[in-house]
Amino acid sequence: MADTTLTHIGQTQPRPAGLQGVAADWSSDQRAFKNVSWGKAMMWIFLLSDTFIFGCFLLSYMTTRMSTRVPWPNPSEVFALHIGGSDIPLILIAIMTFVLISSSGTMAMAVNFGYRHDRRKTAILMLLTAALGATFVGMQAFEWTKLITEGVRPWGNPWGAAQFGSSFFMITGFHGTHVTIGVIFLIIVARKVWRGDYDTGRPGFFTSRKGRYENVEIMGLYWHFVDLVWVFIFAFFYLW
Amino acid sequence: MAEITANGLGQRTLHGTQAHDPTATGIAPAEVHQEHPIKLYLVVWAWLFILSACSYMVDYFGLHGYLRWSLILIFMMLKAGLIVAVFMHMAWERLALAYAIILPPILVLVFVAMMVFESDYTLLTRTVFFGAGP
Repeated sequence: MADTTLTHIGQTQPRPAGLQGVAADWSSDQRAFKNVSWGKAMMWIFLLSDTFIFGCFLLSYMTTRMSTRVPWPNPSEVFALHIGGSDIPLILIAIMTFVLISSSGTMAMAVNFGYRHDRRKTAILMLLTAALGATFVGMQAFEWTKLITEGVRPWGNPWGAAQFGSSFFMITGFHGTHVTIGVIFLIIVARKVWRGDYDTGRPGFFTSRKGRYENVEIMGLYWHFVDLVWVFIFAFFYLW
Repeated sequence: MAEITANGLGQRTLHGTQAHDPTATGIAPAEVHQEHPIKLYLVVWAWLFILSACSYMVDYFGLHGYLRWSLILIFMMLKAGLIVAVFMHMAWERLALAYAIILPPILVLVFVAMMVFESDYTLLTRTVFFGAGP
């Protein structure tokens, strides 16, 4: 008896807004993330930890660049491409940036169509996202090849501070790995969407749990994060 | 007695509710399904293109000094904000989640400040002990 009454009170009690609401959500005997499923919350927490990983990479890059007495190679010249008789600075990186942003846009629309249960459009947009991501990785492989043939190594390069190579390979390599893993998972989730797993409630291969269209959004969170990290890499490593 | 009941209630809300059952969480989330018009994403996409083009132009025209750094940082933060707020739907999430995710990375700035001092010191010792040589 008392239980039902209390439950009723708990259900109808409005939450305070702003910081008081945050404190109420986080206080004891509560589920902190009220309307967020565990899958989405865990993806966010994973992304938070990944933020710290990339944060530490960029920090180590900053530290080496600030503490070396040897001049840092000028990224504007190092990453220039010789097109049509003149050197265009950073052009490959700019194209890579646009490709990754476009993939983020298609992913956002895939999430949107996913919530409308439009299987076909969701799967096509996700595959398009994966294709753009693969293009990005391909261009990165081209960039690596170009720099390696020019003599950039983790322990030295022809233009200046030796730490340039180690920072470059570490940061872009780790980011490229993230993009590659994202492409693989995009294809897996797109296949599930295409097959209608989220409509029929077919259990997952590893988890044996029914998936929902929210999985598309969780996948999207990861993909947007990859794009987000590139924004910081582009600003700090290539433009600075 | 009241305590036991309250505990039972806590268990119930913990396990008995699904994320898609808004009435059981004590609030009525309007955006559980995150349905926004496609136009919103296209507008944000266009803005991301414009901002990326702007930050590329900073390099293309070879701006230098504080102007370059402030422009790079402004464009970077605007792009990051758009991606997190709209593409990742953080603008429509509960504040409890937004604060839990967005506040901790800001603390990285403390680490940045520490490493700035550290690398200044390293540079000083290198200059003092290795002189002007390689």
